[in-house]
Amino acid sequence: MTDPVLRLSGITKRFGSLVANDSISLELGAGEVLALLGENGAGKSTLVSILFGHYTADAGHISVNGQPLPPGDPRAALAAGIGMVHQHFTLADNLSVLDNVMMGSEPLWQPFTRQRAARDKLLSVAQQFGLTVDPKALVGSLSVGERQRVEILKALYRGARILILDEPTAVLTPQEAEALFAVLGQMVAQGLSIIFICHKLGEVLRVSHRVAVLRGGKLVAQAAAAGTTQAQLAQWMVGHAIAEPVRQPTAHVDSSVVCALQSVSTGSGRERLAQVSLSLHAGEIVAIAGVSGNGQLALAELLCGTRQAQEGRVTYLGQPWPGQPARLVAQGVARIPEDRHAVGVVGDLPLWENAVSERLRTPAFSRWGWVRRQQARAYAQRVMQAFDVRGGGATVLARSLSGGNMQKLILGRALTQPDPSAAHAAAKLIVAHQPTWGLDIGAVAYVQSQLIAARDAGAAVLLISDDLDEVMTLGDRIAVMHAGELTAALPAQDWSRESIGLAMAGVSAGASVADTQEPAHAA
Amino acid sequence: MRLEKRNQSSAVALALAPVGAVGFTLLIASLLVLWAGAPVGQTYALLLKGGFGSVFALSETLTRAIPLMLTGLAAAVAFRARLFNIGAEGQLYMGAMAAVVVGGLHGGTGIDWPVPVLFVLMMAAAALAGALLLLGPALMKARLGVDEVVTTLLLNFIVLLLVSWMLDGPMKDPTAMGWPQSVALNPELELSKLIEQTRLHTGLLWGCALAVLLWLMMKYTVLGFDIRATGANARAAAFAGVPVTRTVVLVAMLSGGLAGLAGAIEVAGRTSYLTLDMSPGYGYSGIVIAMLAGLHPLGVVLGSVFVAGVLVGADSMSRAIGVPTYIADVIVAASLISVLVATLLTQYRVRWRA
Repeated sequence: MTDPVLRLSGITKRFGSLVANDSISLELGAGEVLALLGENGAGKSTLVSILFGHYTADAGHISVNGQPLPPGDPRAALAAGIGMVHQHFTLADNLSVLDNVMMGSEPLWQPFTRQRAARDKLLSVAQQFGLTVDPKALVGSLSVGERQRVEILKALYRGARILILDEPTAVLTPQEAEALFAVLGQMVAQGLSIIFICHKLGEVLRVSHRVAVLRGGKLVAQAAAAGTTQAQLAQWMVGHAIAEPVRQPTAHVDSSVVCALQSVSTGSGRERLAQVSLSLHAGEIVAIAGVSGNGQLALAELLCGTRQAQEGRVTYLGQPWPGQPARLVAQGVARIPEDRHAVGVVGDLPLWENAVSERLRTPAFSRWGWVRRQQARAYAQRVMQAFDVRGGGATVLARSLSGGNMQKLILGRALTQPDPSAAHAAAKLIVAHQPTWGLDIGAVAYVQSQLIAARDAGAAVLLISDDLDEVMTLGDRIAVMHAGELTAALPAQDWSRESIGLAMAGVSAGASVADTQEPAHAA
Repeated sequence: MRLEKRNQSSAVALALAPVGAVGFTLLIASLLVLWAGAPVGQTYALLLKGGFGSVFALSETLTRAIPLMLTGLAAAVAFRARLFNIGAEGQLYMGAMAAVVVGGLHGGTGIDWPVPVLFVLMMAAAALAGALLLLGPALMKARLGVDEVVTTLLLNFIVLLLVSWMLDGPMKDPTAMGWPQSVALNPELELSKLIEQTRLHTGLLWGCALAVLLWLMMKYTVLGFDIRATGANARAAAFAGVPVTRTVVLVAMLSGGLAGLAGAIEVAGRTSYLTLDMSPGYGYSGIVIAMLAGLHPLGVVLGSVFVAGVLVGADSMSRAIGVPTYIADVIVAASLISVLVATLLTQYRVRWRA
């Protein structure tokens, strides 16, 4: 390799007593894909933010093509050819593709924008890298994969030669991810360099030439992708070997139905359910795969009691669906929402109040409208001990907890009965929406093993996840969501990665439902 | 320049924040006093003396603090649930009108019922009138997503016009020689004086008792949790099973009721009849006091005494030394901004470079 296009040397960044980046030195060559690995809090975002000029490093410097990059200046970073594609897109839905791409790169003083020139430039860039788009299309009408293409185009349009991709495959179907990898291949062939931030170790090894692993703000390992393994990468990331949760296949073929949906429709637009039918049996995990935004939220909210069915019928233990959150919790439904911070906890209230919030209206924790604080705090202590919630005592604000501890708190309160003498397995139905999203590997393994344990104790578990690996590891039966419709839930061994990917994209989903309506034909 | 969230607010910073805020406020006001050509030290001394320096001064301050306390509580409880009730002024007048309707009909004798019954009825009617005035905006917010800041603010003007019409019509006092004032309350319904020879009345005890009750409710009851959870994160509250719409409606009734009581207590304790200038913006000052108090009910008691003391003290200082009384508004406004900034700085730190 010739001279590196990008050189970071001795980058250090402190936030108070926390050292987010500890003298990190990295190089990136032309035409190279470097994967940046690390758990949440390892310092990836900080490093990228420094590179892009959002933060100023306390020590160290950056050079691009041998020229020093002025610190703390995003414009300088853009001018030096550094482009960033964020995980959460920064596009305006109500503008066209062309407008989105031009936005911010047009001088303000000229009275008219140069639509035609911009359009020609956009099309030539698109053709150069095999990114087909319609410049006139409204971004709001595009699929997630297409929006990502627009984001990448936006960076390339501004002349990016170094592209930073932050978890680009998190929102894609396997097939869309393949298409992205092909595009990345074209870019690299034309001499662009790519920093690829990702959690999925398999993809990292496939796509990148070199891997750099951060842990606790330090660069702990650098290796050529060709010479390493997933297990090795995981060990570098967490500092010790990880025991993957082992799934034993269940044999609850004829166990009782805990919860059944019959032709349920609700919601509108992207968040809707269209004639969804599903039955959940005791002692099984049913995993719902799908690209997020295809109705999973509607399904989760329905089963968490915060959304009602407009058509169709839901039954629970043979009775009509209780519908309200407090009644659901009282009848043994454990709920884990997708968004811990916005829905799972009230961040500005202390941990102990969050621990009892679901059950506050029961005699165990309130009498005559007054909160029984002693019982509530004792319960919170039990949840914290049983589920290893760390990060301060019962009185710290919930928002100060790390993601993993917050999720353990939510899981713990859902699975812990107010009465200490009651058996652990009182949850009859667990609704878990993206329960491991954004958690570190250790917390992921913990949450997954808790779900498996609850299943083994006889609970019906509904797992809704974007993460195909998680779906395939945990699901006893798997169903796929697309545009509000749900395929039949088939045994995990009847699915392949490819067939799930096709169903996620909505290809032949209708046909597969029709073919497998009757379980007798499914085998 | 940008703000970075602090991981943990330090105890020193939390203790120093109010001190710094007061110091900054006095500094700002000092500049204006100098501009007015008066000696700063003497101005502050006179202001302090006029607000707190004698039994009479203190009694005037506390009298002024009573309606502020109640409107402050009204704002504090509503804001805690993120119901931004800017309409305490209108609710106060509605309460005052309801009090006069119950206790001042027939030329000042009220309905012909025993006085204790009539007194309870008068207070209940005032609270209900204030509550009902806020119920509409609260329901419109909960059901239709209509911004309550706009609706409650505009209702204030509607209520003032209503009062103006009532004072010239059905409620007009025929013996007032054309002054727009209502018939007086039955004298037996008036609140008794706390200290003889002063205007201080038992409304102060009402205000303090309600503050303590509200504090207990917020801290120790399920409803208090519902209010705090709804205000802090309504989605998470709904997920946990908090009846969010019901909570918002209850808070509206509570907040409007407190503001309505402020009007009734003002009529029964001080003016004994209703005029169009009965409240010099108590409803709006209540918002300032609630913010000064960090929405804490007991803090509202202190905040209302502080604001009332500055207002009363400025009156007497102005008479003595000639600095306009507007300095009081400056001090109150600057203290609010200082406290908000100081609170912000305990939670965030400022970085001058990116």
